[in-house]
Amino acid sequence: MSTASVPLPNWITYGLMPLLNLLVAFLISGLVVWWIGENPVEALKLLIEGALGRGDAIGFTLFYTTSFIFTGLSVAVAFHAGLFNIGAEGQAYIGGLGAALVALTLDRYVPWYVTMPFAVIGAAIFGAAWAFIPAWLQAKRGSHVVITTIMFNFIGAALMVYLLVNVFIVPGKMAPETRTFLPGGQLPKLDWLMAWFGLKLGPAPFNVSFLIALVMCFLVWLLIWRSKLGYEMRTLGISPSAAVYAGIPYARTVIIAMLISGGLAGMMALNPVMGASARLQVEFVGGAGFVGIAVSLMGRSHPVGIILAALLFGILYQGGADLSFEMPNITREMIVVIQGLVILFAGALEYMFRPTMVHLYQRFKRA
Amino acid sequence: MKKTLLTLIAMAALSTTALGADIKPALVYGTGGKFDKSFNEAAFHGAEQYKKETGTDFRDFEPTSDTQGEQAIRNFASKGFNPVVAVSFAWTSAMEKVAAEFPDTKFVIVDSVVKLPNVRSVVFKEEEGSYLVGVMAGMASKSGKVGFIGGMDIPLIRKFACGYAQGAKAANAKITVLQNMTGTTGAAWNDPVRGGELTKNQIDQGADVVYAAAGATGLGVLQTAADNKKLSIGVDSNQNHLHPGSVLTSMVKRVDLAVYNAYKDTAGGKFTGGIQVNGVKEDGVAYALDDNNAKLVTPEMKAAVEKAKADIVSGAVKVHDYMSDNTCPM
Repeated sequence: MSTASVPLPNWITYGLMPLLNLLVAFLISGLVVWWIGENPVEALKLLIEGALGRGDAIGFTLFYTTSFIFTGLSVAVAFHAGLFNIGAEGQAYIGGLGAALVALTLDRYVPWYVTMPFAVIGAAIFGAAWAFIPAWLQAKRGSHVVITTIMFNFIGAALMVYLLVNVFIVPGKMAPETRTFLPGGQLPKLDWLMAWFGLKLGPAPFNVSFLIALVMCFLVWLLIWRSKLGYEMRTLGISPSAAVYAGIPYARTVIIAMLISGGLAGMMALNPVMGASARLQVEFVGGAGFVGIAVSLMGRSHPVGIILAALLFGILYQGGADLSFEMPNITREMIVVIQGLVILFAGALEYMFRPTMVHLYQRFKRA
Repeated sequence: MKKTLLTLIAMAALSTTALGADIKPALVYGTGGKFDKSFNEAAFHGAEQYKKETGTDFRDFEPTSDTQGEQAIRNFASKGFNPVVAVSFAWTSAMEKVAAEFPDTKFVIVDSVVKLPNVRSVVFKEEEGSYLVGVMAGMASKSGKVGFIGGMDIPLIRKFACGYAQGAKAANAKITVLQNMTGTTGAAWNDPVRGGELTKNQIDQGADVVYAAAGATGLGVLQTAADNKKLSIGVDSNQNHLHPGSVLTSMVKRVDLAVYNAYKDTAGGKFTGGIQVNGVKEDGVAYALDDNNAKLVTPEMKAAVEKAKADIVSGAVKVHDYMSDNTCPM
């Protein structure tokens, strides 16, 4: 008997099942850890402590979380319109150019709160521009957006290296990066927010862009579920032919969805570029664009889910680094294995336990 | 009671300074990873060497991102590790921040300059070492074409390429130097397949000696050259043993020595900050000659490269440094 259509209460679908998936992922990771001769309980303890144990650890976790929220939202918005944007990595990279140009221009003249709105707009416009060509090609020429966005990641990387090595580099410096932004081009840290909870942020680069990310979560929710455009996007995502039949313009909706997606990815750059390193560096995105795909998948493309999934990946990133620091036997490749297992169970195999769940639930209800 | 305690503390303080050898060394690699058979592995060997000689164990870490690199350096420093050595220019800004926070900890950065009193910046004159292997490539080439495969297209690698081209031209004024960079992302340091393809391409264009300055990507370059019975030149570590009879020589960059010396100097209380420039003169860069490539290096070649070496040391030959003005005269 197929169980796919049997309804389950929300607390099982959105609460119990993800938790169960996560548990299985950690169990298997634990086996791997045990297999290489380390104590899995100790490893888990180190991972949690490393991510949440101290003020600065939480700061780092939330710093990574911020980046993942932006890229997760980016992937989710496109996903609602039936588009799979794999280009968040490149869009964020180019978005960094927009943010950096604003910061480099304005940091001498105005304080950060004047620079910030321009930087947000700059990052969003550059990110959106990078998504525009794949979007246009999809909408008008039918070139699949998965392929073109991947390709644009590489074009973006090449463009950025060219600019950093030949244009922005500080003469005589070894590293290809721009000059350091003055305080007018930096986003301040959120020490005060941490202080509310009696925590000390220390050196962690947890900054204002976290708040921008939360605002974006709300705006995305508003867009997708409370606006005409969002309705059109969702319709298009469920059935393009039905959407067209209903009079929803295909090309326009695809392009707008991708522009919003690219803009959100571009804004991710605010966090590392203006919030942490205060300069534009090569490869600053560091895979956050790809993590965004997993985050969106796990968060069921809903802003609340995305925040939770981004937090989980933030914990895995920060805690994982701390774990491999404390247990040299657990190399960085091992951390990737653990992250992969979490993605596998919580993302790809999300419905694995559903049939069992349905049987259990039905028996429980009958009893 | 108080007095005995004080005496004890004083004694403890004295004994640690007297012993001196009680250091807790740490090592942070570049993002290329520890076992790249090249740059990072050289650093690892330096630390291993120190461990073998003194029995002092070290801790190391392989960061995957810029943020993690800074965290690792800070973690080591805050946990009392001293000295903390970070190899790769990627940690420049991280080092600037962390070294200022821990003024009592000794730091060493390789391949970049950080101007703080507790930081030793070790830089190498890669252009000089590349010049030497360029001379050898120029003489070994029968086709009059030699190749260069770089990793990521950054100034540092152009510096290798430029020195190599100058050396090759010095040996054979009519030589053609083919140049390719593997990529524009960090993945370019770890893409042996692409390195191999680029090498094949250069060989098809007529190159018969290919120099790889590309981290782990270079392994593919060396492999492809060996498969096609052409010559290759390794980089950073001595890679002659990887394909005996095919690797003409290696441009050895003594990153291992930089790490080893950092530990030894700190243990002996002789740590000094400031910039340390290692060229041919300081034996910081060199060409590798061992049993594996002895048959490939003719006496004339050896004489020429030794002469080039002497000329660089005496100042008769000045190898242009790409990074001094971001241009290459070749």
